[in-house]
Amino acid sequence: MTAASTSRGSLRRRGIFGPNLADRAFRLGTFLFASAVLALICLLAYQLVHASRPALRQFGWSFISKSAWDPVHGSFGVLFAIYGTALTSLLALALAVPIGLGAAIFLAELAPRRLRELLSFLIELLAAVPSIVYGLWGVFVLVPVLRPVEVWLGAHLGFLPFFQGAPYGIGVLAASVILSIMVLPYITAVSREVIQAVPVTQREAAYSLGATRWETIRGPVLRAARSGIIGAIILALGRAVGETMAVTMVIGNRAEIPTSFFSPAYTLASLVANEFAEATGELHIAALIGAALVLLVLTIFINAIARLLIWRVTGGHRRVR
Amino acid sequence: MTAVRHHHSSVRRARRRLANTLMWVLATLSALAALVPLGFVLYYIAAQGLPALNLDFFTHVPRPVGEPGGGMANAIVGTIILIALASLVGLPIGLLGGIYLAEFGANRFAGIIRFAADVLSGVPSIVIGIFVYALVVVPMHRFSALAGGVALGIMMIPTVMRTSEELIRLVPASLREAALSLGATHPRTVFKVVLLAARAGVVTGVLLAIARIAGETAPLLFTAFGSNLWSARLDQPIASLPVQIFTYAIAPYDNWHAQAWAGALVLVAMILILSAAARYATRGRLRTVL
Amino acid sequence: MLGDPQGHNDLPRADQRFSLAEKFVIRSLGFYYGRFQALRGINLTIRERQITALIGPSGCGKSTFLRSLNRMNDIIEGARTEGTVLLDEEDIYQPEIDVVALRRRVGMVFQRPNPFPMSIFDNIAFGPRIHGLAPGMELGDLVERSLQRAALWQEVKDKLRESALSLSGGQQQRLCIARVLAVDPEVVLMDEPCSALDPISTLRIEELMDELKESYTIVIVTHNMQQAARVSQETGFFLTGELIEFGPSEMIFTHPHDRRTEAYITGRFG
Repeated sequence: MTAASTSRGSLRRRGIFGPNLADRAFRLGTFLFASAVLALICLLAYQLVHASRPALRQFGWSFISKSAWDPVHGSFGVLFAIYGTALTSLLALALAVPIGLGAAIFLAELAPRRLRELLSFLIELLAAVPSIVYGLWGVFVLVPVLRPVEVWLGAHLGFLPFFQGAPYGIGVLAASVILSIMVLPYITAVSREVIQAVPVTQREAAYSLGATRWETIRGPVLRAARSGIIGAIILALGRAVGETMAVTMVIGNRAEIPTSFFSPAYTLASLVANEFAEATGELHIAALIGAALVLLVLTIFINAIARLLIWRVTGGHRRVR
Repeated sequence: MTAVRHHHSSVRRARRRLANTLMWVLATLSALAALVPLGFVLYYIAAQGLPALNLDFFTHVPRPVGEPGGGMANAIVGTIILIALASLVGLPIGLLGGIYLAEFGANRFAGIIRFAADVLSGVPSIVIGIFVYALVVVPMHRFSALAGGVALGIMMIPTVMRTSEELIRLVPASLREAALSLGATHPRTVFKVVLLAARAGVVTGVLLAIARIAGETAPLLFTAFGSNLWSARLDQPIASLPVQIFTYAIAPYDNWHAQAWAGALVLVAMILILSAAARYATRGRLRTVL
Repeated sequence: MLGDPQGHNDLPRADQRFSLAEKFVIRSLGFYYGRFQALRGINLTIRERQITALIGPSGCGKSTFLRSLNRMNDIIEGARTEGTVLLDEEDIYQPEIDVVALRRRVGMVFQRPNPFPMSIFDNIAFGPRIHGLAPGMELGDLVERSLQRAALWQEVKDKLRESALSLSGGQQQRLCIARVLAVDPEVVLMDEPCSALDPISTLRIEELMDELKESYTIVIVTHNMQQAARVSQETGFFLTGELIEFGPSEMIFTHPHDRRTEAYITGRFG
């Protein structure tokens, strides 16, 4: 009896600050910090919408369907920037996807293990270089190199509308080339992982039927890796769309719909970066924030699709960005 | 009949072999092509940046336009200050949020938070800059280091949160059970035992997050803004390496261009050292992609 | 003399056995994974159009041996083969041999069914397409014939365009067999084809094997001795990389010559 009551006593909580309170405070505390992320996203969306309202209210849908940028007369429509964003990003993908996928196949299938690790590391190093440095390199190295290239392209392929216009060097082409370099490591790294994840048994089945290396890759391996690779490409698109500094420095910053690869242009991101510091007037600022809002919606949409695809293929938790 | 069939099949076989070889060649070329820009960029950074690096660069502030000399000392210090501020904002939310997801994260709300973190990591940095402009700069009526720190801190959150959650989950249950069975409370278990076990990975995550924000320019353009003076005040604009590089690069002065290259060299070196330190912290034990 | 549970006291007829030609002649075959020697001095003859079973405890090298017959070991890093393997009197390890053509003639079915993530039709058609065996209209017929030979046609004829992964385990394995048959091989190697399947599917595949041996040479690796005794005409017993004994199945399973074979068969180890 006495022994039991002693043990019961020693188990009783001392005062009100018992371990249960610590546990609950812990859970609540970490919960609050975690929900800060959710709060930030909501706040972000709210602030952008709120601050761009003057422009959105005045122009309505014509804000994204019209191409105009006249701060003096107060006329704003970001269609040219949407065009510029789309054109540079898609062109960047057109350059980066074949090379990135080819490199991924090389790394996943053909390279011996040590070489694979070394090359993967080097290609991922491309992702560590900040945007501003790419911009610096772009302005002083790429653009001068690109000028004679554009002259050559204009001379030989000038019958196509894409290759007409003065070969300044600065413009859509320069921005696309830099963007393609910047998204290349992402395409390569994710595609390589997805290809490596295809089980050996699939390859064995193909080889045992007498398939060559290429036929095995082209058939079951790429087929199994397909969603993941598409996800990687769309993710790369998301990054390209949001890139600011490197693009701003080489795209020429002209508020017109680009008609050729040589044209100077604007992307949504470079428009904001270039004009915001000197924006005059409430409407101008609101229009710029509106451009940022359009950019936000675009990237959220693109990233959602990409994650859905990559998630599906790798069965859940896959850390990409 | 068999002779024709045999000929046809050996032609086909040759064609298949050719296709296979072609694939090898193209794939190898692609891998090399992927490396060419890297070499190109690194070479120019070194070739243009090294000559402009001198003691002045690290000890002096920018000189007025036209005057030779000067450096980016204030920008380097500014970047360090901004990183410190960003960590104050980003680490607590990221780490504690990651702990929440790892320890209590099986419910639907946790799923929403993870989704929000994913969305946040995809938001372009310029949009975050605009957001913090509206949130901090406008009420304060001035650009400030604080605003810059907040912007960079927000960008750190998703990375730190994700890595923390993953690593804490990796800590074996047996370790937790040992602590709990000794009478430790949940928070004590996490902070004293689990985090200790996961610390290498958490450090890596933090270093990688810092490496990423160290090079960011866009979010600082409208928050910390930039400056040519020494400044350590939180409520004033502050110089930073990326913004300084940008300002010099778009200006028409050659010696500023040279300094921009030097700045780029220092910045890239900083980032590479941070990334190397991050990998060193978990040598071989964990691989995080990019 | 060991017991003869099934009462097969009569030896197989000599003319029946030796009239079958030699398909594979293996001499002094050795195989190394890096430094480790997995196979040692294997001498063996596999006759055509019969079922040859290879038995032995785990890790004894029987699967490695099987894979040497279609050079699937080539894809392993650090693998080295020595000795000769003659297929119809041609050494398949000579440098001028076209491995791709070899693997068409010597097909393989694996332990776990491994259908491609494609439709049933595309799975079967994969081989014929790359080898150019049935251009245009003939492809459909070839797919049908292969599925019939694998005793799967009736079950899938209405859903050829559906994913192969929607089939049950036993059906998937028969699909893999059909896939091999579609490239018109001479030999079908089977690496424990039924170990991942339920008893009923196993029985169906054993019946299938019995039919197939009329047209193809079959070599099967199996853990299941009863299965080996049931289906095969000749059996080889492997132990730690060596071929201990090889002969008519009835003899191996009723009165083996080697003490170790006897120990394995009576379940004393393995």
